Amino acid sequence: MLRTALESATGDLAAATHLGAYRHMLLARLLDDKFAALYRAGKIQGGVFLGRGQEALSASIGVSLQKNDIFAPLIRDAAGRLAFGETILEAIRTYMGSALGPMRGRDGNVHRGRPQDGYLPMISHLGAMISVVNGTLLARRFKKITGTVGVACIGEGATSTGSFHEALNQAAVEKLPLVLIVANNQYAYSTPTHRQFACEDLADKAPGYGVEAHRLKGNDLTDCLRGVGEAVKRARFDGGPQLVVADLLRLCGHGEHDDAGYVTQEHKDSALGRDCLKVAEKFMLEEGWVTGEQLEVLRSQMIHEIEEAVAQVQREPAPDPFAEEWQALSCGGLSDVRMD
Amino acid sequence: MNITYLEAIREAQARALKQDPRVFIYGQDVGAFGGAFKATKNLAGEFPGRVLDSPISEDAMVGLAVGAAMEGMRPIVEMQFADFSTVGFNQIVNQAATLFWRTQVACPITVRLPFGGTSGAGPFHSQCIEAIYAHFPGLIVLAPATVEDAYSMLLEAVALDDPVIFCEHKFLYYHLKAEKLPEEALPVGRARIAREGRDLTIVTYSAMVHEALAAARELAQDGWEVEIVDLRSVKPMDTDTIMASVARTGKLLCVGEAWPWGGVTAEVISRVASEGYGLLDVPPQRLNAKDTPVPYHPNLWAAHRPTARSIVAAARKLFRQ
Ligand SMILES: Cc1ncc(C[n+]2csc(CCOP(=O)(O)OP(=O)(O)O)c2C)c(N)n1
Ligand SMILES: [Mg+2]
Repeated sequence: MLRTALESATGDLAAATHLGAYRHMLLARLLDDKFAALYRAGKIQGGVFLGRGQEALSASIGVSLQKNDIFAPLIRDAAGRLAFGETILEAIRTYMGSALGPMRGRDGNVHRGRPQDGYLPMISHLGAMISVVNGTLLARRFKKITGTVGVACIGEGATSTGSFHEALNQAAVEKLPLVLIVANNQYAYSTPTHRQFACEDLADKAPGYGVEAHRLKGNDLTDCLRGVGEAVKRARFDGGPQLVVADLLRLCGHGEHDDAGYVTQEHKDSALGRDCLKVAEKFMLEEGWVTGEQLEVLRSQMIHEIEEAVAQVQREPAPDPFAEEWQALSCGGLSDVRMD
Repeated sequence: MNITYLEAIREAQARALKQDPRVFIYGQDVGAFGGAFKATKNLAGEFPGRVLDSPISEDAMVGLAVGAAMEGMRPIVEMQFADFSTVGFNQIVNQAATLFWRTQVACPITVRLPFGGTSGAGPFHSQCIEAIYAHFPGLIVLAPATVEDAYSMLLEAVALDDPVIFCEHKFLYYHLKAEKLPEEALPVGRARIAREGRDLTIVTYSAMVHEALAAARELAQDGWEVEIVDLRSVKPMDTDTIMASVARTGKLLCVGEAWPWGGVTAEVISRVASEGYGLLDVPPQRLNAKDTPVPYHPNLWAAHRPTARSIVAAARKLFRQ
């Protein structure tokens, strides 16, 4: 259905990019909704972390990257992960702990990736992935691979970590093609920005490190595609590290356990509180790139796809502790603590 | 009244804030929100200006606490999870732990670590890292197993002039309940006999005390009487109580949820082997988590850490020797 719309908008690159990114946004939103439902039903253990309200930014990152680039997403990047090539099966398998998932039940939820494909698996410790991206980029320089970039995603709260500052400075010193994307969703768990930093604008931190800054409206797909696209292009063509700051609002709890009662009404009513998915839909409808009917069909197709995938994963084997190797070293023979 | 382990921690902090104007609390989301686990619920309201939200800056959180302590304050730092305390590791082990030894100026900070495994928490929200802190001279490391101890030991931690790493187990937060808060308690540094028995000594601490108690109940059905020593304080370690128990039973099993290598269980066995070798009638044993990161899937997690079931199996093996 969408393809028909795309074809009719022949030659309209903007339509194609918007629709392409939107698909990932919508799929991520619906996938997140499903995870929330599974969590409420007690089918997912541990935490569930959603990217509701951040899909435009995240999808823009994914679609701005190429296959050989590096991507280190964080907890609210379901859309970017899909756009970078992750399948919904991988996401569902990780959340449900399937033995067939990329993490084989050893790690879960948002802690997933495939480093061999440039898709880095986040650890929880905020800020820790940025310098790792730097390392992948430096390695590519050693290996004389040019033209690739690395994106690391963080929230505004993580700009308070030492790791953020160390890694940004490091990237600048080595002139690495790092794009560091800060999603300023106004809260770090419950903590509002004024308890996190005292500067007017987070993007102002960039010049202090000798890094270029980009600001964008995080709930406006058009602006995200523009801003992220520009930053990625600058990095790709030797412009050095880029800091992108996107303003938006988290439209969910920190995790699904959290009712986010601390989010102020003022924030919800402000322009930041607008849902990027709705903003994108409205824009595309107004431009005549899609019809409401087409969007409905797309949505129901995706819901069906997700339901099928969840049903499949629920029948997959759980990891078997007796079959586990219980080895943390790749050189298995060097493990010296065997106590049972 | 029915008070949980978590509420006891909150109550201890409320009392510390109330009775000592030098006390303040610093950590992520500890203010109006009351902390990720609600261990500081309502405290910001009750003690205005003394329960402060910190930026996500563990290194600076601990550094600030050390500086405030130098000026005579008694800071309590809440790490959101023990696992993130490694980001503040340098300030804890190099700054806080060395200050008194280098300058004769004490460093009375308390760093609260919500630690230990819960189902589905995965490799970065489950860690038991008491041993790495205990390794460094200059730190006190506490790990209460009961509601009463959570309360009294936290109060004592704040009152102590030395830096205390306070390991509070997330698994016990909501499950464990007591009738009332204690007025008196064993001092820090003293272990507790959690159950008396003549056949085997199990030395353990924190959440594993409860697994060991469950194991002891099962073993009792076969007539085995297991004695359980709850260390309470990992460092200093109450060697006397351990040794006296081993003298009664002749057998030792150490149980820890942490990784085995160089851990608390290794320390206990080393002490008993060198100072109480003659008391043992079979070689001492230990049971720890497996030597891998803590797995996410509940099936793997249940097999990774010691449980009542694996403790029973380890005890039976000892009895068969
Ligand atoms: C070093 C470290 N400290 C604390 C935490 C606990 N924690 C997890 S998410 C979070 C808030 C993050 O806020 P922000 O960076 O703004 O990202 P957002 O959740 O808003 O997307 C905190 C404090 C952590 N993961 N890592
Ligand atoms: Mg945030």
